[in-house]
Amino acid sequence: MRKLLFQSLFRSPLAEQPPLPEQAAVDELAAAVQRAARQRLGRSLSVREIDAGSCNGCELEIHALSNAYYDVERFGIRFVASPRHADVLMVTGPVTKNMREALERTYHATPNPKWVVAVGDCARDGGCFAGSYAVVGGVSRVIPVDLHVPGCPPSPVKILQGLLSLLDRVTASDTSS
Amino acid sequence: MPSLIDLVRSGRTAEQHAPWRRAIVDAKTWNLAASELASGQWSLLGLWGEQAMVHTAILDDETAEVAVLSLGCPDRRFPSIGQHHPPALRPERAITDLFGLTAEGSPDARSWLDHGEWGVRHPLGDPIASAGASTAYAFLPAEGPGLHQIAVGPVHAGIIEPGHFRFTASGETVVRLEQRLGYVHKGIDGLMTGAEIDRAVRLAGRVSGDSTVAYAFAFSQAVEAALGVNVPSRAVWLRALLAELERLANHLGDIGAICNDASFNLMQAHCNVLREGILRAADVAFGHRLMRDIIVPGGIVRDLDANGRAAIRTAVDDIKRRFPELIELYDNTASLQDRTVTTGIVPAALAKQYAAGGYVGRASGRAFDARRRPGYAPYDALRFEVPVLEDGDVNARVWIRIREVEQSVSLTGQILDRLPDGPLRAPVSADAASREGAALVEGFRGDILAWIRLSDGRVERCYLRDPSWFQWPLLEAAIENNIVADFPLCNKSFNCSYSGHDL
Repeated sequence: MRKLLFQSLFRSPLAEQPPLPEQAAVDELAAAVQRAARQRLGRSLSVREIDAGSCNGCELEIHALSNAYYDVERFGIRFVASPRHADVLMVTGPVTKNMREALERTYHATPNPKWVVAVGDCARDGGCFAGSYAVVGGVSRVIPVDLHVPGCPPSPVKILQGLLSLLDRVTASDTSS
Repeated sequence: MPSLIDLVRSGRTAEQHAPWRRAIVDAKTWNLAASELASGQWSLLGLWGEQAMVHTAILDDETAEVAVLSLGCPDRRFPSIGQHHPPALRPERAITDLFGLTAEGSPDARSWLDHGEWGVRHPLGDPIASAGASTAYAFLPAEGPGLHQIAVGPVHAGIIEPGHFRFTASGETVVRLEQRLGYVHKGIDGLMTGAEIDRAVRLAGRVSGDSTVAYAFAFSQAVEAALGVNVPSRAVWLRALLAELERLANHLGDIGAICNDASFNLMQAHCNVLREGILRAADVAFGHRLMRDIIVPGGIVRDLDANGRAAIRTAVDDIKRRFPELIELYDNTASLQDRTVTTGIVPAALAKQYAAGGYVGRASGRAFDARRRPGYAPYDALRFEVPVLEDGDVNARVWIRIREVEQSVSLTGQILDRLPDGPLRAPVSADAASREGAALVEGFRGDILAWIRLSDGRVERCYLRDPSWFQWPLLEAAIENNIVADFPLCNKSFNCSYSGHDL
């Protein structure tokens, strides 16, 4: 173990340069960020992930955000275990009817101010599962959505871009107010 | 003792069913099959319904023969297999929920996938509008002095799929765990019905995201069996390459995640770097990190070029170089071994009874791997071992994965060395006749069964059985008498699919 730890000390870091925020995502977000929220949030985001019916593909890529290459914690983004600790709910999947109530309850358990980021094509409109008797549809059919990250699944870089644009917006407005 | 083939002969053989035989049998033969399953002679591979019929796929463990038995249910009921053979219980409950066919004699009549939220009952049978007044689920009781319940989920603390676990504990010790699943039921069986093949294979690739290659593989093989399509050899080999890359990525992720659940996150950090290497190579080689929508009926849609080949070689060489150190670290860290050894034991008898696939079965002495038996190309031309252990604990499930990583590294090398040239895709032409096909493909988690009936280029009925159907129940057994704090560890060592199970 000591050898591994030493190697990690001397090897150059694996972490990628932060990606530039995507303009479209930034624009979509601009309207959503409220003044009170900026003041409260500062430069950190606690994210609670909710799978509301996904195939688990999006979860794999959200997981990857924590590996050494993307290392989201360096941007102050943390995945937390409880909605009570969260600023952002990251929701995946077409919302299934069996998960609708759990999603609503999780949303209401999250303190204000809060944002919802819908991740993946299914989260927009149900994707290829739209129209099923067991599916409600996109996340916005159940709770308000502030930002949508498309992809099936979106790559970690795309998800990171989405989160960073959220953060940039929040920080930029914070220093100007 | 009848042989499986005798049973098939006693029924009316279905025309146009490949590669195995399907026989339409009477209730007596159906019951005979149930009792043979219960006696441990055969393994249950799948159990599914349609409008007025139930089907079961059975594996003869001795000969590796597979057969499908079908029973008509004109009065909307069929004799329960689950009353004799418990692995059939949950599939039967799902059949009742979806098709409204009753399993007569079943000791468990509770609904399974239907939580009373769909606004309709029996959506794929004769649908009945329902008000959606969901009643509380009747968990099985566990009573005694000092017992308490812990309810977990459906929303869990980590970035994982939703499901509910109801623990009954005596102090720290779990007395009973009962699972409640179905939260991510998307109605895939319903969406498949009537879908064109192109759409259906995309749906199949989205049944369980971590097994997108394996599902597209199984689905495509079933379609090809039904329509008699010969896949070009380059596509056959590239499919295996995709499948092994998927296995590598998932096993590496799992080994890391299991160690992380024993609070040893150094392993996870290193394993995830190796996993990311595979995903990036897949992105370079096939244009998608999870290799989604690459396998289609008839072949594959994307060729491997020199760049892709080099990227895969680099990623796999990286594993070859760095993985041995990680194995040593796992093996030599006493605090980690203390958590994984003798934790969450699945007895060999249960693994056999449930025909548990993948690392769950192979860690408990069940030497089954669909790549070997019944087997499919190109694995018959490749050298690989199927690791089997007897201990059945978390540690054994980790070691099976470690050994399989080594095997997949070797397989990837063999495939790249011997990859034949040629076309990538054969035409898939469908006629108006009704044709049926089936396939059993080894995903990273275990064997995936695909069964399909096509007519006019559309899916009439498609059944995809995730390995998790027969692994989830064993998790309930494995956690018994372990402490609550070891549940995440046990659960991760199974890594069952919620979406693949819920469909």
